[in-house]
Amino acid sequence: MIVMDEDDCMVSVAKFFLEFTVGESCGKCTPCRIGNKRMLEILDRITEGRGKMEDIDKLENLAKVIKDTALCGLGQTSPNPVLSTLSNFREEYVEHVKDHVCRAHKCKALLTYSIDPVLCKGCSLCARNCPAEAIAGEVRKPFVINPEKCIRCGMCLSRCKFGAIHVI
Amino acid sequence: MENLINLTIDNRPVSVPKGTTVLDAAASVGIDIPALCHLNLKGTCVRNAPASCRICVVEVQGRRNLAPSCATQVMEGMVVKTNSARVIRARKTVAELILSDHPNDCLTCPKCGDCELQALVTRFNIREMPFQGEQSSRKKEHTVSITRNMDKCILCRRCESVCNNVQTVGVLGAVRRGFDTTIAPTFDRMFKDTDCTYCGQCVAVCPTGALTERDNTDRLLDDLCDPDKVVIAQPAPAVRVALGEEFGYASGTIVTGKLATSLRRLGFDYVFDTDFGADLTIMEEGSEILARLKAFLGGDKTVKLPIMTSCCPAWVNFYEHNYPDLLDYPSTAKSPAQMFGAIAKTYWAQKMGIPREKLVVVSIMPCLAKKFECEREEFKVDGNPDVDYSISTRELARLIKRSNIDFRCLEDTDFDKPLGESSGAAAIFGATGGVMEAALRTVYEVYTGKTLPRLEFTEVRGLDGIKEATIDLAGFPLKVCVAHTLGNARYLMDKLRAGELDYHVVEVMACPAGCIDGGGQPYHHGDVEIIKARAKAIYAEDAGKPIRKSHENPDIQKLYREFLGAPLSERSHHLLHTRYFDKSLK
Amino acid sequence: MSELIISCEAVREVEALCDEFHNDPGELIAILHAVQNKLGYLPEEVQRVIARKLGIPASKVYGVVTFYSFFSMTPKGRNPVSVCLGTACYVRGSDKVLEEFKRVLGIEVGETTPDGRFSLDCLRCVGACGLAPVATIGEKVYGRLNPSDIKKIVAEFED
Repeated sequence: MIVMDEDDCMVSVAKFFLEFTVGESCGKCTPCRIGNKRMLEILDRITEGRGKMEDIDKLENLAKVIKDTALCGLGQTSPNPVLSTLSNFREEYVEHVKDHVCRAHKCKALLTYSIDPVLCKGCSLCARNCPAEAIAGEVRKPFVINPEKCIRCGMCLSRCKFGAIHVI
Repeated sequence: MENLINLTIDNRPVSVPKGTTVLDAAASVGIDIPALCHLNLKGTCVRNAPASCRICVVEVQGRRNLAPSCATQVMEGMVVKTNSARVIRARKTVAELILSDHPNDCLTCPKCGDCELQALVTRFNIREMPFQGEQSSRKKEHTVSITRNMDKCILCRRCESVCNNVQTVGVLGAVRRGFDTTIAPTFDRMFKDTDCTYCGQCVAVCPTGALTERDNTDRLLDDLCDPDKVVIAQPAPAVRVALGEEFGYASGTIVTGKLATSLRRLGFDYVFDTDFGADLTIMEEGSEILARLKAFLGGDKTVKLPIMTSCCPAWVNFYEHNYPDLLDYPSTAKSPAQMFGAIAKTYWAQKMGIPREKLVVVSIMPCLAKKFECEREEFKVDGNPDVDYSISTRELARLIKRSNIDFRCLEDTDFDKPLGESSGAAAIFGATGGVMEAALRTVYEVYTGKTLPRLEFTEVRGLDGIKEATIDLAGFPLKVCVAHTLGNARYLMDKLRAGELDYHVVEVMACPAGCIDGGGQPYHHGDVEIIKARAKAIYAEDAGKPIRKSHENPDIQKLYREFLGAPLSERSHHLLHTRYFDKSLK
Repeated sequence: MSELIISCEAVREVEALCDEFHNDPGELIAILHAVQNKLGYLPEEVQRVIARKLGIPASKVYGVVTFYSFFSMTPKGRNPVSVCLGTACYVRGSDKVLEEFKRVLGIEVGETTPDGRFSLDCLRCVGACGLAPVATIGEKVYGRLNPSDIKKIVAEFED
């Protein structure tokens, strides 16, 4: 058993374990060689906001079949993190897919950074530190983040002295 | 019978011997569990049982996960379900996973219609591709014999098994791991830079289109349409007992007459027979056997014994690559196909007044190494090959279908004279032991001066990997040995190198069972009964021939009278014998 | 054909190592370990020597060498860096440590710096989860790493 708190995204955790099994797969049997790879690709899609609801069903079916048919212990247990997170935290998967939200703020592609115009003092520190030049504004007036340019690196959040950067 | 195990498969009681797999036990009561990587040519050493594709999984009562039926042995009281919803769903998903890393270009795939994966997709009722993702991008290669497109590889490892365990050539092997695993020649090289013998057994067992033959049918069509060219055909002995399978005949049906007619319909100007070349081979090789034996009996200590046959081009490649120190042992006689080409482009062409450059000799072979053999520089005169190129039995079948010929409706015709006349001894070249038996028929009669009391040397027939016999040659015990598969050949050559090989004559064929299971034959898909039926047909073809000894072939006798003089004459040496080269990788 | 890049002396060393293991094909992995330890890597030519000594096809040796990420056919750096990506290290931010190593050394995972000083690899758990995140350089283990430590650590190895 592994204990984690609400700062960990269950989809990302499942993905982390699967990355391990995909890397360790010897490549002999079909379910482990191709099945785990396909599961990982589905998780990639979900964490990047490109997932569909049917992906969750595919994932569940794949996980069951891989568990049932893989040749060795690695393959037979590789779907366990997916199955256990699906049975206990299915709503997190659904949020990723339907609402494009990662409540633990771990899935970069799903984050939206914005500047609270009330709290922003217009000091321009965020804009000067943004590596993507995604923040613009006039000094002493509220700055704005261009979501098209934002690479969700979190630099603005770490630099802002007024707590004006929001992440959802 | 003791040691019978009782179990239940799909509610049916089954009793099978201990050690039987669930797959075989199910087959014994008519339950056909689909399998993909599994291959077992019972009675030969061709076997692949990695239990890796997971298509053949079944449900075993009391077991947590599904069991691969190919690798699960029966147990007393076992209750097996091969068609539950759980099994059917799992099997379909596994097949869908294989498809998700496959080009799925079936319409234009050379294996279309003969692909075991395609058959499973139909059988599993797969109507869509649920899994998309990264596709493997692996190497492609066209050699003169084999075409390799590993994007179509499903990693069943059958080719790896035959290349390593059966042939001991050791070229193909798994490289890297996980999703990046690929089957590749040593150091990811091209076949041409390895010890590959082009035996084609990897092609014979490949379930998909990853390994196929180099297709020469378009080139042949062009030549057949060219009014300036005289195109002549020579089909090998093993072709006539297998070609029928491609047209719905039962395996083992002899279609010699229809074969000749179909070649005429395709537009070949003359339809001859490699069997003529086989009779000629016996004359030359038989004389070489007798010459070495006489020298040996005369006390010559330098004579190289055993003499080894040299008909099989993959076997020739094998010893040139692996035994360069023993190149004096094999007979210098060319293969029947090359002897035929050499005679066709000299004796016959001169007789007919056809200039060499206008004459195209095409061999129809059960073999893929023959394509490589045609390219050998030593078999060319001023760059013009004695045999221009070779097509496989499968390629011929495709060409017949493409040319609107209804094979089953064809009448029987004979081969043209003079290069189409042959004996029963030539017919059996296609099965392991056949060359030996044919040689013995001639060697015995020439050596003893007596007629053979019985023509059939059954001791050198059959599927045993290494067969031995001692023949009484008027008091002299002639020890002979017949081996098929290159693994058995390696066993003999290693003994020879160690000075422990006590035979006078050795026959080697690279393919299991001989040419009848060559890399260019219709696919057997793992059914050994097909190969056995072909062998039976080969011996039936022999038994039906009026002449059954090579030295009694009247057109062979005429060839020596008119052109060659005698076996091992200077002209024979020039046209019908070859030499070997050290091709070991440094 | 491969270029002859290893000396006759190295070939004799490889042969001697095979002899130490009685040229037993079952000891292939142990022999590869010993040879890589001695030469730093396993080029084609060396694999051929091992195959010949053990009486197995070179394709088999090549298959094993490409299967295990530990074996390398290109020379490793004099100071091989391995960043642990096991569960504990990962949860404690080893991915950021790895990114920093890549940035500081200017190479990707599996590569060697042009001066041959460092090579970079990842591994899964060195059994020091209490020190997570962990990296090893040569035989030395570094624990409780912070991306900001990396530059200093690398500087220790300037030679």
